[in-house]
Amino acid sequence: MHPYIPHTSEEVKSMLSDIGVSSIDELFADIPESIKLKRHLNIHDPMSEFEVYKELKSLSEKNKTAVSFLGAGCYDHIIPVAVQHIISRSEFYTSYTPYQAEISQGTLQSIFEFQSLICELTGLDVSNASLYDGHTAASEASVMALNSVKKSDTILISEYLHPFTKQVLKTYFLGLDIFVVEVKGKDGKIDIDDLKSKISENVAGLIVQTPNFLGILEDLSEISKILKENKKVLIVSANPLSLSIFKNSKEWNADIAIGDLQPFGIPQYFGGPSAGYIAAKEDYLRKMPGRIVGQTIDKEGKRGFVLTLQAREQHIKRERATSNICSNQALMALASTVYISIMGKSGLKEIAKRSISASHYFESELTKIKAGKILHDQPYFNEFTFVFNKDAKSVLSELKKQGIFGGILLEPILGEKYKNAVLIATTEKRTKEEIDQYVKIVGGIL
Amino acid sequence: MEILKNLKYSKTHEWVRVEEGIAYVGITDFAQHALGDIVYVELPEVDSEIAKGDEISNIESVKAASPIFSPVSGTIVKVNEDLEDDAELINHKPYDAYIFAVELSNPEEIEELMDADQYEEFCETEGSH
Amino acid sequence: MTKLLSEISKNQRVGYILPKTDIPQLSIESIYHKNILAESDRQIPELSEVDVIRHFTELSKKNFGVDLGFYPLGSCTMKYNPKINEETAKFDGFLNIHPLQDESTIQGILELQYKLLKSLSEITGMKWGTLQPFAGAHGEFVGMKLFKAYFNAKGEKRTKLLVPDSAHGTNPASAHIAGFEVVEIKSDENGLVSIDEVKKHVGSDLAGLMLTNPNTLGLFEKNIIEIAKIVHDAGGLLYYDGANFNAILGKVRPGDMNFDVVHLNLHKTFSTPHGGGGPGSGPIMVNEKLIPFLPVPDIVFENNSYMLSYNKPQSIGRVSGFYGNIAVMVRAYTYILTMGQKGLNEVSEKAVLNANYLRVKLSKLIKIAYDTICKHEFVLTGKEIKEKYGVSTLDIAKRMLDYGVHPPTIYFPLIVPEALMIEPTETESKETLDYFVSIIESIIKDINENPEILHNAPNNTPIKRLDEVKAAKEPKLKW
Repeated sequence: MHPYIPHTSEEVKSMLSDIGVSSIDELFADIPESIKLKRHLNIHDPMSEFEVYKELKSLSEKNKTAVSFLGAGCYDHIIPVAVQHIISRSEFYTSYTPYQAEISQGTLQSIFEFQSLICELTGLDVSNASLYDGHTAASEASVMALNSVKKSDTILISEYLHPFTKQVLKTYFLGLDIFVVEVKGKDGKIDIDDLKSKISENVAGLIVQTPNFLGILEDLSEISKILKENKKVLIVSANPLSLSIFKNSKEWNADIAIGDLQPFGIPQYFGGPSAGYIAAKEDYLRKMPGRIVGQTIDKEGKRGFVLTLQAREQHIKRERATSNICSNQALMALASTVYISIMGKSGLKEIAKRSISASHYFESELTKIKAGKILHDQPYFNEFTFVFNKDAKSVLSELKKQGIFGGILLEPILGEKYKNAVLIATTEKRTKEEIDQYVKIVGGIL
Repeated sequence: MEILKNLKYSKTHEWVRVEEGIAYVGITDFAQHALGDIVYVELPEVDSEIAKGDEISNIESVKAASPIFSPVSGTIVKVNEDLEDDAELINHKPYDAYIFAVELSNPEEIEELMDADQYEEFCETEGSH
Repeated sequence: MTKLLSEISKNQRVGYILPKTDIPQLSIESIYHKNILAESDRQIPELSEVDVIRHFTELSKKNFGVDLGFYPLGSCTMKYNPKINEETAKFDGFLNIHPLQDESTIQGILELQYKLLKSLSEITGMKWGTLQPFAGAHGEFVGMKLFKAYFNAKGEKRTKLLVPDSAHGTNPASAHIAGFEVVEIKSDENGLVSIDEVKKHVGSDLAGLMLTNPNTLGLFEKNIIEIAKIVHDAGGLLYYDGANFNAILGKVRPGDMNFDVVHLNLHKTFSTPHGGGGPGSGPIMVNEKLIPFLPVPDIVFENNSYMLSYNKPQSIGRVSGFYGNIAVMVRAYTYILTMGQKGLNEVSEKAVLNANYLRVKLSKLIKIAYDTICKHEFVLTGKEIKEKYGVSTLDIAKRMLDYGVHPPTIYFPLIVPEALMIEPTETESKETLDYFVSIIESIIKDINENPEILHNAPNNTPIKRLDEVKAAKEPKLKW
């Protein structure tokens, strides 16, 4: 007997007899003897809830948390308690994909609301129930672009696209005759001349990230014009938090918007689960991957929601499908929906503004003490790349000793060009005291 | 199931009507029935060159998606724009609702297609397993 | 009808107050050129915390989950989601760590992943793996890329991938997007992969075979060793879709069946919740041959500490932004600790017992597609009922909603007409199964006496049957 397995021995006996076999072993008789496992799995003995709790607690305590200035796509934001409260309702988390609409209106309506909010933030027409993360979203968006531009086999990416996004894209197209070509950067932004030189008939479109990996906000006016003139697809990857303050995909005249929702109510959790968002102009509707929820009416004319346009999906199109996504990150999309609802129009703006004020205050304080200088003198959002005058690794290790994760060392990720460069992120959670403390420690070791 | 005598048929359930060197192509009553409520037809581009057997359009119903293969070769000269708003015309009148029209580059291909009797027999064997 | 967030929004309402700050607040216009600034305000709802909680709580009441009742959705393994998993997943030391922290500060989570991989290696009979894939389909995709990398390294160009016609839709889709040409293999009259069909496609272009075992009919592919031999002799590889792994836990391992690559669904076999469609987790496990190609980073244990290793020159590269759905891994690891060897073994035994019990009872009421001992699930066919009474499988499923259970998977696998695919899982009691049988009895009675009731079903749900044609024809996808 086990708490999760309710069968009494009496019941087992009576069930076996109803089936017409004499033992459970007989139910496995169709498995050839030669391959059956004839020993016990080499796994420990069962543990009680109390023991498991202690074991996991002690594992979790082997991880260390600190005042964090780490970012690069995963940020330490405030998460209102209401978010966890709602996603902990088991009506939500113990359900699956809403195949049976009549008993899944909770999930369906919340996805519809999620889609609406993503469309509102990006300014585009259609969205879906979420993708795995912002990085894999770039692969899905690339496929949409390749399928939209005839005879294309090349996706252009900005040098300053998140390096992990680049790597995921590379793996995605591994062994296929699809080329991912990098457009060079210049002073922290896309080099327009290099972009022009790389646009050819084979190109489907460009993925550009703003704020980019270095934290810099790109002005896409010129880029967008060039792409439109050449009938190419513009894909913009953006931190969703930036969209309340800065231009969105619609305002840049982009075709597809992607990004990662972690800043919206999702814990850092060592990088996952988060959720990816994707939105597009209406023309791309039938090329969208994943589940899409639509509004309709029931037999009595009442408003309701269903999974729709399913003919795009793998369970119908099978080997003709252009995406294989089935399970997505629905619960995390719900977390983001609750987060956006709680923070509201003014809250989202305020959080973005505070992150900006904090990053700019931080940069000016570091510059003031001559700790080094910002890598590129360009507008930035909640993150900036700072080049220390001293060995950055030892700066970070000193900060760590004093309870601060001081930023991400870029040289190991981006190469020698980034010697002593550190990507530093601020959120509304970081206080003046924490920033001042950071600056003081750095000042002490200059 | 309705099969019109004066049309030609493909094994992928398209019908073809030839009028003055132009082949009008649609899907058969059998095919529309199998698909169910049709909600969307992707129309090919006018002027595109196609070869027999090319996948050139897609039809979607609520629970299915089906590619349309061209039963003939040539150049697409016309598409049925009424289907953009009323894809269900194919459900109501499958033999009126052509999807695209092709100026034939190889008119002999028409003869390789099935006639009504052959198609009827083909559907019976298809449906029996 | 629950109002939409946009409909309950009121100007100036707030749901949250940010902490005080001493940081000098800058004006946006003073820092940035207007070229990059938003042209208009985003129309985001303005709500109080009470509004938000009421709204989503009301929505939650319109949802059905495993905690509310029987959920025999075939191939989805909707077993009970243990509550201890939810608690351990919320520990601060897991929740609040950043993926790029210094390795010395993430020893706990690396140890957990390392030990989880060790356990999964033992459970599947494979050598090592990766926890990065976000879901089963993502795992399949990664598995297919491993195939590609393996053949590339050998300098072979193999393009053809065999997939049975009973396979999950993700199988052919994953193989296709990874760059293989999918060849569908017809099942034989017993619902199994036909050896002759496999032999037909053997050649120097054969990349391999994707297989679910037991398959989607709930039947064990007993010729697996012979099939594996044919594929391996031809130079191909075997991929195991672990969606149905719950059936054989502790009884037989994919590694012992000679599979080369295996994916598991932690959200199925290992009890993590399905979250209304995700997040799941689809680890990939491989044998010796495929280890060099696994994604980066790998997790290694050296000199008494755990590390993320990027030193894999033949790796297919990174497959997820960071390291996958960590919170799901914490839950699955918690589950494995809780169950232990004994418990895991009992899982498959009781899952198969439950399925066979229902199979015997229900096959007396609705025709079964393949009447033989099944594993974790079985498939009924509503074909005769449809022909005789004009009642479709969809109608039957909708009527089940009136009785407070979730219907089975319907219209899948595609090779069974009017299919009902039923997977009870081990966590359901005999009373629940008997109740489900009694529901089907009532439905059969209705079919005979009053089929209208089925066409109109459901009657007791918050909303009646929805117009899917309208939804697809006139897509309204946002407010």
